[in-house]
Parts: sequence; structure tokens; C-alpha cells
Amino acid sequence: MSVLQALDVGLAFLVFAVAAWTVFAPGPFAATVGYVVYGLLLSLVWIRLFAVDVALTEAAIGSGVTGVLLIGAAARLRGAETTPAEEALTGLTRLFAAGLCLLVAAALAAVVLLLSDQGPTLAPQSMERLPETGLGNPVTAVLIAFRSFDTMLEKVVLVLGVVGVWSLAADRYWGGAPGEARAERPEPTLAFFAQVLAPIGILVGVHVFWVGADEPGGAFQGGAILAAMWMIVMMARLTEAPQASAFWLRLALIAGPAVFLAAGVAGAVVAGGFFAYPPGLAKPLILFIETFMTFTIAVTLPMLVAGPPRREPRR
Amino acid sequence: MSLALDLFSIAAISAGVFFFLAGTVGLLRFPDALSRLHALTKADNLGLGLIVLGLLPRAESLLAALMLVAIWALVQLAGATAAQLIGRAVRRKGPAI
Repeated sequence: MSVLQALDVGLAFLVFAVAAWTVFAPGPFAATVGYVVYGLLLSLVWIRLFAVDVALTEAAIGSGVTGVLLIGAAARLRGAETTPAEEALTGLTRLFAAGLCLLVAAALAAVVLLLSDQGPTLAPQSMERLPETGLGNPVTAVLIAFRSFDTMLEKVVLVLGVVGVWSLAADRYWGGAPGEARAERPEPTLAFFAQVLAPIGILVGVHVFWVGADEPGGAFQGGAILAAMWMIVMMARLTEAPQASAFWLRLALIAGPAVFLAAGVAGAVVAGGFFAYPPGLAKPLILFIETFMTFTIAVTLPMLVAGPPRREPRR
Repeated sequence: MSLALDLFSIAAISAGVFFFLAGTVGLLRFPDALSRLHALTKADNLGLGLIVLGLLPRAESLLAALMLVAIWALVQLAGATAAQLIGRAVRRKGPAI
């Protein structure tokens, strides 16, 4: 066994151990910390599998944004950690839940073990047609060209998520701003951190989006980094979340999917197929769509984290 | 020349790993939150710095080397901020856990 293989085995055991710790952690906050570590370890696993795009997404979305959402949820649950419903779970219910979990795990294990060695793959075809898109990164080509309809619907799901979060607002706050107001005197450490990091982070986010055409990166990863910068500035209370009724915000939320859908419909007219790109124009079109997607992601994720409106709308 | 650079890399990275180890031991063994923070941030900044230093001669280009240094600087910034925030929370509310 070479050193690298030994490291891989160690990494696999570490993932298992952290997963187990997350499940058995003593409270929501500890479990969230475990989950974030678990996500970062998973992104190392993806790097070892040479899937750098997936690793970036796992670190940014799976670990970062989801981690922030879960910490917010854990903070809200504080003080209500043992609910009556939890205590009322009978032995039979627990047994039933454990049995279901075992069944799912066994089914997954069986599927993995029964996979043929040479799985069905479309990778050769994708690589063959890659030059037609003008892109260098096959992952971006799959996302925005070969399976663009799926990607467009993913963004619609994100917008639906924001609608769902906003729907939790009390009636009198409907259309108001989520989160806390801008502070007169922000907490100095966090304010300094946000002021130093945000310009660097915005540069890195735009860079990750831009190189996504040819190298690992892309709209989702770049958009997530930009989103994180907005979140940090809001958490430092240097700025406040916009009102949910703001016209520009609603426009920004739908810009990505709308431009994507318009390009798809235009393809049906010009290039002879729904979501088909005219030959030669593929790359500029893809970058145009991705620009709006990045923008929408950078606005959607902070709105998910900011939560439902909690202040009365200003007129 | 390349042998000397390799030896330098090995020495610097080993020293960095030692500081990570020391920081982890401090995190696990020190009695209260503030001293645990102290062990963690000092050791991590120095440990990562030494590892980056050891990796510098192996960087493919000047740009890659600059990126490594930038990563170290950003981790320092984040680590120092997180330590300040946790330390402040501990002082305000007392050790919660």
C-alpha cells in the first residue's frame, strides 16, 4: 500500500467517524459543527477522486451555506431542545425508525455492490462534443449545454426556497426586511473582518465564475462565494437585508432562471431545438447565461440565510 | 540545489505538522476556553505558515506561490477574527459548555 493509498483509507475512516459523531452529538449546535467538518472532509474526498468542481461546490454549499443555515436553526431551537414529542417516542416507534434506516442503508449498499464494473457512462460522448461548446471544462459544458434544462430547474428550486422562507413571515411583516437592522456601531472585530474580506472575496468569486468555462469553477461556486461575502457584511451589521418587497430584489431573484429560459426558448426558434445553442455562438451565450445565474445565486443564498421578514415594511 | 530545497521542504513541513500537533494537544488538554483558543490560534497560524513555507519551493509558478501565501494570510485573518469573537463571547457570558 503506497503512502497515498494509506492516506485515502485514513480519510475514509475519518469521514465515517465524523459522520457517526454528527449523528450522536449531544445537541443541535455540536451536531452542526460536526456536519460542517464532515462536509469539508467530503470535499477532500472529492479532490482525491479528481472531481474538483464537486469539491468546490461541496465546500461552498454543502458545508458553508448549509452550515450557516443549520447554525441559525440551532440558535432558534436553543431552550426548546427536548420537546414533548421527542420524549413521547415509544420503543416501538424507535425500533420502526431504526429498521427503516437499516433498510435504506442495506438497499444502498446492495446497489453499490451490485453495480457492474463498467458502469453506463456518457462521458466519452460528452468529451467528443465538448469542442462544439467552445468550453474547456466538461463539467460546465454538461451543466449549461448538455443538461441545461436540469440546471435551469435547479435555480427555480432555489427561488421557490426563498418564497417558502418568506411565507413564514407574520402577516404584519409581509414585504418587510429580514434579519437585523444596520447597527449604529457594529461589533468592531466582525466589522473589520467583513471590510477586509469582502473586497478579496468578491474578486475571488468573480474569478471562480470566470475561469469556470475552462477550469474548475463556475456559476454555482462563484455565486456561493459572492453570496458568502454579502452574508458576512450583513452579519457584521454594516448593511441590512433589503425589504422582501423591493422590486430590484425580486428582479435579481428571477434574473438567472428567466434569462436561461429565454435563451432556451430562443434556441427553439433560432437553432431548431429547445435549449439548443446556435453553432459558433455557444460559448458567448453560455457565459451570458452564467453571468445572470451567478448574480441570482449570489442574491438567493443570502436571502435564504437571512430568513423570513422580521420587521414591518417601510412605506 | 534540488536536494537542499527538498530538505528545506521536509524540515519546514515537519515543523508545521509539529505545531499543528501541539495545537491539537493544547485544544484537548488545556483547562478553559481562553487557553484552548490561545493554543489553537497560535499553533495553527505558525503551523500553516511553516507548511506554506515548505511548499513554496515546490510551487509550479510565481502565481501559485503567491496564492499559497494569500491562503495563509486569509486563514490567519479568519482564525484571528474567530478567536476574538469566541473570546469575547466567553468573557461576556462565561464558559457556556
